Amino acid sequence: MSEDDRDPGDARWPRALYDLLRAQNVTQFAYVPDAGHRVLIDRSLADADAHSVALTTEEEGVALLAGADLGGARGVLLMQSSGVGNCINMLSLTAGGKFPFLTIVSMRGDFGEGNPWQYPMGQATQTVLEAMGVIVLRADAPADVIPVAEAALAMAFKAGNAVAMLLGQRLLGAKAF
Amino acid sequence: MARPHAAQSEPLPLATLDRAQAVPALIGKAEDFLIVAGLAGAAQELTAMTADAPGVFGLGGAMGAAPMMGLGLALAQPQRRVLVVTGDGELLMNLGALASIAVMAPGNLALICVDNAHYGETGNQDSHTGLGVRLDRIAAGAGFPTVATINTEAELHAAKALLREDGAPRFILLRVKDGPPPRIKREMQPAILRTRFRAHALR
Repeated sequence: MSEDDRDPGDARWPRALYDLLRAQNVTQFAYVPDAGHRVLIDRSLADADAHSVALTTEEEGVALLAGADLGGARGVLLMQSSGVGNCINMLSLTAGGKFPFLTIVSMRGDFGEGNPWQYPMGQATQTVLEAMGVIVLRADAPADVIPVAEAALAMAFKAGNAVAMLLGQRLLGAKAF
Repeated sequence: MARPHAAQSEPLPLATLDRAQAVPALIGKAEDFLIVAGLAGAAQELTAMTADAPGVFGLGGAMGAAPMMGLGLALAQPQRRVLVVTGDGELLMNLGALASIAVMAPGNLALICVDNAHYGETGNQDSHTGLGVRLDRIAAGAGFPTVATINTEAELHAAKALLREDGAPRFILLRVKDGPPPRIKREMQPAILRTRFRAHALR
């Protein structure tokens, strides 16, 4: 079985999520690729008015979004839960600078995960984010995604918070081995 | 135990430039740029040479952030010149940023690495560049179309124009002698730095 098991495929919510982010003036899409983010990544690559920024490690995205804010732009960091661990110290910049910050995290080591390697970081994801001052919201069903994203966008860009929206494996599907 | 030394086929000459003179001489009018300065030496230097100007976001932590902050800023403000000034230690912490920047290829971004080959803030330990690692070659390998390595006054003056030659990202390795950056009292609250930078950049 492949990583594609977690690809939301033709589900409607990833397309609606991209449209919502763009409608709210998110223009920088930073990511380390993950199947759970395939639609958002592909849409950003095809979008002449958005910057699709491939990262070598997720902490680069934390710094990128702070720079975007200094220039008056909005961005989102798309990463897998394992990448959250790579961001910890860089979130000092977000917290100390009171930078608005939005990340959408596709979960591993979560509901029904079959790979034991994914559990330590997957289970620590919410705790680690909260320890660094990031507000954590979850979406576990297709009907959750847009309302949670609308809330996350308001909390990040209207109120100036750091916000993570976790896409649970109940939504994405567990990767089978 | 001594470290086994990286074998460099073409070692760089001994650094002779003094950072206190070389950094201002290379940058010239700092007001021409929106600037992100890496923690410790680079932030001290840029704060000193601009009298703590709001157009300089000088880091005091989050080591490794400066280059990618510069990318985010350059993409957000394509009509402005963006300059990242950082040190060898910070750049080494996040070398992948060079790859990510080169792939995006923002024409309005230049990056200066003030390379003193030491971790000046923490006891002056050798950095990897002092042990033979070539950041200029790493930048070229990442895909920066323009890479300049400055060892002499003449090279410094030749490279000055590169900072204002828009169209492709530029990487300048400014090799300086070991020695402390200027000591200056600067704003260390990142939230204040953010507010004043945005007020300056987005007015």
